[in-house]
Amino acid sequence: MNAYLQYGLYLVILVALAIPLGRYISRAMGGETVFLSPLLRPLERCFYRALHISPEEDMGWKKYAACALLFNLFGFVVLFLILMLQGVLPWNPQGFGGLSWHLAFNTAVSFVTNTNWQTYSGEVALSNLSQAMGLTVQNFVSAACGIAVLFAVIRGLMRVKSKGIGSFWTDLVRAVVYVMLPLCLVVSIALVGLGVPQSLGGSRTVDLLEPFAVDAGGSRIVGAEIDLEHNTVTLDGAVVADAQIITKQALPLYPQASQVAPKQAGTNGGGILGTNSAHPFENPSPLTNLIEMILLLLIPVALCFSFGFSIKDKRQGIAVFLAMFILLVGFLGVAASQEHAATPQLAQNGAVDVIAGDGMPGGNMEGKETRFGIATSSTWAAFTTAASNGSVNSMHDSYTPLGGMVPMLLMMLGEVVFGGVGCGLYGMIGFILLTVFIAGLMVGRTPEYLGKKIEPREMRMAVLLCLATPIAILVGSGAAALLPSTADALNNAGAHGLSEILYNYASAGGNNGSAFAGMGCDTPFLNTSLGLAMLFVRFVPMVAALVIGGSMAAKKRVAAGAGTLSTCNAMFVFLLILIVLIVGALSFFPALSLGPIAEFTQMAGLG
Amino acid sequence: MANNLSPFAHRSILGRAVKDAFKKLSPRDQLKNPVMFLVYLSALLTTALFALSLFGVSENLVSSGFTLAIAVILWLTSLFSNFAEAIAEGRGKAQADSLRSSRRDVTAHKLSDPARREAVADVPGAALRRGDFFLVSAGEQIPADGEVVEGAASVDESAVTGESAPVIREAGGDRSAVTGGTTVLSDCLVVRVTQEAGQSFLDKMIAMVEGANRKKTPNEIALQILLVALSIIFVLVTASLYAYSLFSANQAGIRNPTSVVSLVALLICLAPTTIGALLSAIGIAGMSRLNQANVLAMSGRAIEAAGDTDVLLLDKTGTITLGNRQAAAFLPVDGCTEEALADAAQLSSLPDETPEGRSIVVLAKEKFGIRGRELTDRHMTFLPFTAQTRMSGVDFNGTEIRKGAADAVRAYVEAAGNPYSRQCAALVDEVARQGGTPLVVARDHKILGVIHLKDIVKDGVKERFADLRTMGIRTIMITGDNPVTAAAIAAEAGVDDFLAEATPEAKLEMIRKYQAEGHLVAMTGDGTNDAPALAQADVAVAMNSGTQAAKEAGNMVDLDSSPTKLIEIVRIGKQLLMTRGSLTTFSIANDIAKYFAIIPALFMGLYPGLGVLNIMGLHSPQSAILSALIYNALIIVALIPLALKGVKYREVPAGRLLRHNLLVYGLGGIAVPFLAIKLIDLIVAPILALV
Repeated sequence: MNAYLQYGLYLVILVALAIPLGRYISRAMGGETVFLSPLLRPLERCFYRALHISPEEDMGWKKYAACALLFNLFGFVVLFLILMLQGVLPWNPQGFGGLSWHLAFNTAVSFVTNTNWQTYSGEVALSNLSQAMGLTVQNFVSAACGIAVLFAVIRGLMRVKSKGIGSFWTDLVRAVVYVMLPLCLVVSIALVGLGVPQSLGGSRTVDLLEPFAVDAGGSRIVGAEIDLEHNTVTLDGAVVADAQIITKQALPLYPQASQVAPKQAGTNGGGILGTNSAHPFENPSPLTNLIEMILLLLIPVALCFSFGFSIKDKRQGIAVFLAMFILLVGFLGVAASQEHAATPQLAQNGAVDVIAGDGMPGGNMEGKETRFGIATSSTWAAFTTAASNGSVNSMHDSYTPLGGMVPMLLMMLGEVVFGGVGCGLYGMIGFILLTVFIAGLMVGRTPEYLGKKIEPREMRMAVLLCLATPIAILVGSGAAALLPSTADALNNAGAHGLSEILYNYASAGGNNGSAFAGMGCDTPFLNTSLGLAMLFVRFVPMVAALVIGGSMAAKKRVAAGAGTLSTCNAMFVFLLILIVLIVGALSFFPALSLGPIAEFTQMAGLG
Repeated sequence: MANNLSPFAHRSILGRAVKDAFKKLSPRDQLKNPVMFLVYLSALLTTALFALSLFGVSENLVSSGFTLAIAVILWLTSLFSNFAEAIAEGRGKAQADSLRSSRRDVTAHKLSDPARREAVADVPGAALRRGDFFLVSAGEQIPADGEVVEGAASVDESAVTGESAPVIREAGGDRSAVTGGTTVLSDCLVVRVTQEAGQSFLDKMIAMVEGANRKKTPNEIALQILLVALSIIFVLVTASLYAYSLFSANQAGIRNPTSVVSLVALLICLAPTTIGALLSAIGIAGMSRLNQANVLAMSGRAIEAAGDTDVLLLDKTGTITLGNRQAAAFLPVDGCTEEALADAAQLSSLPDETPEGRSIVVLAKEKFGIRGRELTDRHMTFLPFTAQTRMSGVDFNGTEIRKGAADAVRAYVEAAGNPYSRQCAALVDEVARQGGTPLVVARDHKILGVIHLKDIVKDGVKERFADLRTMGIRTIMITGDNPVTAAAIAAEAGVDDFLAEATPEAKLEMIRKYQAEGHLVAMTGDGTNDAPALAQADVAVAMNSGTQAAKEAGNMVDLDSSPTKLIEIVRIGKQLLMTRGSLTTFSIANDIAKYFAIIPALFMGLYPGLGVLNIMGLHSPQSAILSALIYNALIIVALIPLALKGVKYREVPAGRLLRHNLLVYGLGGIAVPFLAIKLIDLIVAPILALV
């Protein structure tokens, strides 16, 4: 009962906040006056003046796309250089050296593409400068870039026989100034108030309450007796040579709060610390968890409503929202029920009390923080992969087979269940075009969406939008599975091992960035191949969406009538869900049946 | 042309289709259809693998018999697809053959000067150039398309239209176009050539029905993009599956359970071969259905546009109303009895052979039993209708009866010093308001009453328009009537809007207005002055009886020259698109069952637990793969009739249409293969056991 209340509460808060935010974003991106305008308009103008932007410029899709790509290329080069050279750059209290070329490539690509896949562990690899001036900047602008492109596409759908779809620079500035900045500022301050560190001091060393011993290889010696006075370690009565006693811990203090806010709000997901939002310094309490979790999906959900407001037909936005929301609830339901039920292996001989009881969470608690529990962890897992966020507060690798398949599948669907900021919705527009195409034919008309005919050019782009993710995942994971070295990098063998490979490429191929863990990825091959996958699925759909926007803008609008397919009724929502699921299932059923499904049947003792 | 050839009933068509199916195996033909080209390559690959296996080179776990079986099924899949296309072309080819036989090269009597008929030079028809003049007389075939500049003749156009009743062709006006290949039955014509040999209407028609230069429509191309994209994904799915399978097998320490042959089988099962195989057949069959309706479309694009049409401009006469007005009531005035009025009206109409005149005689007979009298009876003198008097009438025994338009009769009575009846004036207005035409009858300069001539709206038109409205199609009535009359008829017929006192400019203006609002407009036209409107409309059907200019401006020609054809054309357009969409849905929905057949078959050895996915309970991995692949081939053949006939079409709103088609082709597409594959497995398994 308690769990149901939690799930319901999370969803209600999310939607209740998203609707007004959606209206706000729609107005702000359209250049209308919003309640923050008196404060932010001068700042906006300041940007235009400094960058010599004419805010009224109306770019064609080619120029818009060229600006977006150049901007991203510039961002990549700067970030790549910062990461390579951080050893000689200032603001490096821990004195970290530069990253290897392939790790720098992977990390720079990952943050520029809004993926935030992290091969490195922040607290042992990156300087303050890299974090704050490198990664946090991308946390803002990569998200803003997605919003900008989305609104260019919306303009394309709205305009009739026109060439332009708006100005990239204006859209980018507005998305940063009106959307990302105020939201992140408020959330950062709230997080600091709730105990998330905000510091430039580097790590601080403190005494451990309970010292422990490690062997020469650095592994903890379980059950060892520690004699601090004589500095000896005994195990089963015998003194262990080469053992080391650990008495101190380094607490990583960074500007956490100011990075956590954009990390969550902009569907970035790249935490300062290796364990991300499972770490108490990023996410100390259930309350911060609530804020961060809602923030995961807030802008992506709000953008559905913005879409409706901006195209002057709220029902269209609600229809898209409902399709995504129903998918989210469905997937969350599967993951949650699997995690609450745990596996036969956990329940075996009463090893784990899987029945929830007085003060006991029951279910599969492996890999989950006790301060969050199953409901909150499952919700986060679903939210973070529905949105292409990728921050985690539990370890997805330790989920039950089908529970872990849910986050994987949410990414494999192409991150269109709300998805990344902006890009999730324009990705969904690709699926909408596919749905409209097939359904439109079935009512005896050449297909159209919002009065715009869908012709070969739009179809080509829609197909790219929908299939970029499956292509990246299948090619990447297929190649990785063939390499003998991959098997050595895995923690687990068999079906779960394949799941780990699939998850990693799904994460890159969905521009998600969450990690299943369980696979060491800092090799030139993995860094490069994952980086290329991220580039492919970020920029191919982005350009495809802009082409659609440009070609839709040039079209005339066909009048709607009883003979036109409605794109905002229950039937259409149902169809859209079906098409998303079918494309996902057709692409990944064989892969999943050798990974999580095979593992499930093994655990369930089906042969 | 109108001979309805059922392709299956006709053995010659069937035989030719089988032959063509093999001819189309050439790589050049196969390349036109990427999805089927994939099947073609797979067939070649598996055949090569079989050949290698005969020399002992084979993959582990794969018998050469199994490889052979897969190869054979793949070749059959290719052939079935070719057959579907060939049979769809068959009907058109047969039509083209019969048209060709009527296109003999005849001798033309060329005139150097159209005014001098005696200066004739006989040349071959093919030598005629645009602008030349020729003479053609009774019994001769017209050598080239042209415009009659002198004379009038009856012409047998059955070679082109299939209609055996001769038509009149005459100089000037809207019936001046003649078509090469038709035959003059009486009199002779002087014709100016408008199209040279090779570009004549008949040539175009042959090319059209044969589909010789059939281009893919944008919608077909867009669908093909989707199908190609799906095929690419499935290539990646099967290729990556090989990698996953190898990885998993290595982890489990066993041999890789997948083979190239089984993966190729999986690939072809998943690729959208059903719609891929039938796509071009659907397009050709749609064109062919249009031809059967005696309409020639200048491009496939025009048919699709017809499906999108949401505004129909319909001519009132012939489409909405019967061609002629009929007397509906006698309305006496100033104390005259109805019977006396009817009697006078009938008398004045006795010699009037127009349908209106005859309907007055009939109405008087029906109402009052007044028989038609012998015309010679009373020394009657009849005055025919003239443009000057605008009245007709009869004089006998010193009595004058006149009937005509209200203002003409008014002038007639007032000229004699009699007052014009007020009651009459009121009745005249009343009749006009009801959409009728008032005819005033007077005897001896005194008004007797008014005859109400009514436009008779055709039976079932109102329901038809209501159906169209539920489909979201607006109907607009075009008429030369005054607005009052037009409004009344429009209301009675249930059209959505009307254009009264229509001029060609007003029509053009109206089309532009609707197009600016985002509507797609369809219209029919025949006269030269319709040409601008026809050129502007999205779907423009020119009547074959119309002028050359109208035919050139339109994108379809209606050989029957029937004004109701437009509705039929819209139906065919929608049906074509629906068939394409429904079969695509069916094809994709099929994949679910195929996955459930093949995935457990491939991997049950690796993970026995995956046996739970074998919900069809298929006998063995080999029989499962073969059954799925056999189903995949047979479904193409099974759906050929549907592809040719088109899916069932109903005049209901888009939402209901979608629900219905989704239920039949979506849900059906999921369910059918489960049953069919299971059935095939029941047959295949025992055969495999024998081998």
